Amino acid sequence: MEKFDVVIIGSGPGGYIAAIRAGQLGLKTALVEKEKELGGTCLNIGCIPSKALLTSSDHFMFAKKEAGKHGIVIDGVHVDLPKMQQRKDKVVKTFTSGVRALMKTNKVTTFEGLGTITAPGKVSVKSSNGQTQELETKNIVIATGSTPVELPFAKFDGKTIVSSTEALCFTEPPKKLLVIGAGAIGLELGSVWNRLGSEVTMLEFLPRIAVGFDLELSNLLQRLLTAQGIVFHLETKVRAVKIDNGRATATATKGGEEIKFDADKVLVSVGRNPFSEGVGAGKVGVELDEKKRIKVDKHFRTNIEGIYAIGDVIAGPMLAHKAEDEGIACIEIIAGKAGHVNYDAIAGIIYTNPELAGVGLTEDQAKEKGIDYRVGKFPFRANSRALCNEDVDGMVKFVADAKTDRILGAHILQHAASELIAEAVSVIEFGGSSEDIGRTCHSHPTLSEAVREAALNVEKRALHILNR
Amino acid sequence: MSIEVKIPAVGESISSGVVSVWHKKSGDFVDAGEALFTLETEKVSTEIVAEKSGVLETKAVEGQEVKIGEVVATIDDSKSAPEEKKTEKPPEKKKEPDAEKKRVEEKERKTPPEKEKPLSPAVRRIVEEEHLEAANISGTGKDGRLTKGDVLAAAQGQKSAGEAVSFPPSAAEDRQAQPETDRFIRRKMSPLRRKIAAQLVMAQQTAAILTTFNECDMRAVQELRVKSQESFTKKNGIKLGFMSFFIKAAVEALKAVPVVNGRIEDDDFIQNNFYDIGVAVGTERGLVVPIVRDADKKSFAELELDIAGYAVKSREGKLKIEDLQGGTFTISNGGVYGSLFSTPILNPPQSGILGMHKIMPRPVAVDGKVEVRPMMYLALSYDHRAIDGKEAVTFLIKVKECIEDPKKLPLDF
Repeated sequence: MEKFDVVIIGSGPGGYIAAIRAGQLGLKTALVEKEKELGGTCLNIGCIPSKALLTSSDHFMFAKKEAGKHGIVIDGVHVDLPKMQQRKDKVVKTFTSGVRALMKTNKVTTFEGLGTITAPGKVSVKSSNGQTQELETKNIVIATGSTPVELPFAKFDGKTIVSSTEALCFTEPPKKLLVIGAGAIGLELGSVWNRLGSEVTMLEFLPRIAVGFDLELSNLLQRLLTAQGIVFHLETKVRAVKIDNGRATATATKGGEEIKFDADKVLVSVGRNPFSEGVGAGKVGVELDEKKRIKVDKHFRTNIEGIYAIGDVIAGPMLAHKAEDEGIACIEIIAGKAGHVNYDAIAGIIYTNPELAGVGLTEDQAKEKGIDYRVGKFPFRANSRALCNEDVDGMVKFVADAKTDRILGAHILQHAASELIAEAVSVIEFGGSSEDIGRTCHSHPTLSEAVREAALNVEKRALHILNR
Repeated sequence: MSIEVKIPAVGESISSGVVSVWHKKSGDFVDAGEALFTLETEKVSTEIVAEKSGVLETKAVEGQEVKIGEVVATIDDSKSAPEEKKTEKPPEKKKEPDAEKKRVEEKERKTPPEKEKPLSPAVRRIVEEEHLEAANISGTGKDGRLTKGDVLAAAQGQKSAGEAVSFPPSAAEDRQAQPETDRFIRRKMSPLRRKIAAQLVMAQQTAAILTTFNECDMRAVQELRVKSQESFTKKNGIKLGFMSFFIKAAVEALKAVPVVNGRIEDDDFIQNNFYDIGVAVGTERGLVVPIVRDADKKSFAELELDIAGYAVKSREGKLKIEDLQGGTFTISNGGVYGSLFSTPILNPPQSGILGMHKIMPRPVAVDGKVEVRPMMYLALSYDHRAIDGKEAVTFLIKVKECIEDPKKLPLDF
């Protein structure tokens, strides 16, 4: 038996980052991954391939719809989807081989196979050829991630009813794509195929899209996506999906009435389930919560000594960066240092165009907590750089404590919101106020000036709009 | 080596200023970055900090007009710091983190470097405009940094002090004209003292404060303490005092008369459903009231540990603003100083405060006979805007009953 300081099960962003940190701290580390490639969902069938397609399809939309406004004449612009998919695959390969190289440089031993905890301190790895290896370790970190939720009346068949995994790999844009679930994944993949020529219809059970994000900005995003051609049906509950001759018919109820939708492909993106079974946690007695997530304390410890868990398999937002930070904190705690994650300063992002980003509290959440708050807003149609770019959709919104002016939440809807939100995350980490951002010099002309102006608008002294 | 402390250039066209307040005196050891004095000019008031650590020797006096470049003090950096700097105690691992995550995280992190606090833009503005001493304000931001909220609160305390105590204009002139003699010594009140003064006056001017009295026989509690002291101390590593009994009795009384656990805010009455009890502690710099959180959920041992922990923190000047905020009711024990009978003042925005006093053996009537019992007078000062006389009396009677018959309390030892 090989003996380690820590064995990490799962090589997604939570697992592989934890492995790097463990290597940096001099721990003898093993990383177990059941797939052939490292990187988990994020690198292989999640964040990375989706962002590659989103950018490629975004450029296509620019060439098709925007270039003319800039006096750029492009005749016969069209999409070579196989080439687009090849580029995406190349990007994924760069990442997965990059992670493998990082494991080498950090002296992490990788094991390919399904990792199962057989007893505290013991992990057995069963590879695809049937061989089993036993690993002995002082600590185990479960980082097994999550899988798409399957609807019982619309089970995945890999062809017509698909999850995000297949929806990333369509070899041609489906003529009609039905998306069930208007969260980040549904909105992003729906956007990709809408841009590439599909007729996209999105069904959502709640009365709004993008649950968890600022409501005003989510509604604005919905209007903009509708203008891009996506059809939304909210407060619509799907009851059944029938396949006939390779085409699907979905039956749904909306406002007491029954509606039928037909489609060539149905993407089910209603959420993800923690992958807590199969890692042997149950056998060893690791407790799960009511949502089948692994129960941990604030130090990522399960109820069994020496067994930890991080990432999508435990509670909290299912985000790669949250898993990464937890991976780092968990390893630092194992190494006897102080590790912590500030969940109030983790941003969520939807990579549509415009992107929707948010960190901290929304107005509704502040209201629910009974906090006396003030709001500052600024539209990009009044921003210098956005006007130069001919890209003026979106706005910035700050939620600040009415008494102390401390920033409680920041929300941005803009083409580059994912980058712009970082400033607000930093300021929230330091307990800063809207006035702090308002008094910081922001370069001109940049999109970031809108962030500053929204902060100034909290105290009703923005410069380029009428303060209300 | 002696380093000169000179008046720095603070702006174009400013050639002189006034040393308005010295924060340190000759002989003091100063740390690099610590504020030495406030320099006032016609345009701006600014804190001048020590550039190096060492022993200070002042050369200019308060009120003295000085020119830019003038030497007003020296710092001897060959002398090292005196032993008074205490080492940080390691964070109490006993305190289980079901309190707010942030509070626990700050305990686990390194102690904040109190001398060097980079000021954010908003903080800088407020410190300048309100003439605050940043070094004297405790920060609740990351690593102890000052947040806008921290300095706004400090400015508010200072402002109220200025408004509450109004000097007739001539007094200010007299101050300049009158030389200091032996018949009186003028000493500027510390920011903490000024803040407390402002709070006291504000409390009296806002609430309709009345006090009701009662007395309680401490014999049952004393007997219980004697009986259980050894096993309690052995099991919990701390002695069983009186405060835990009174905190528990106060919680029972607050449950029986909930209105005492509320507060008035503008036109609303807010009923608190949690029990964060402030326990007044006297320090050389003034009275502070750290809060024992969720006192209803804590055991006697946990209460005693909380109080002891706060006493240590306050002696070492390590209490944080969050330790003092958010209480729903306060207990003040004047008995430790010998007070027999007093009228406590409310701790705003709370509506009630329980005053404990000296336990004095006194002859009392028990079943028709005269006996000497260890008696304590109890006082409840309350906000009559929210609490009726009957409710206040009932509250105090409940406290008395729980003390005289401790079985009425959730004893856990």
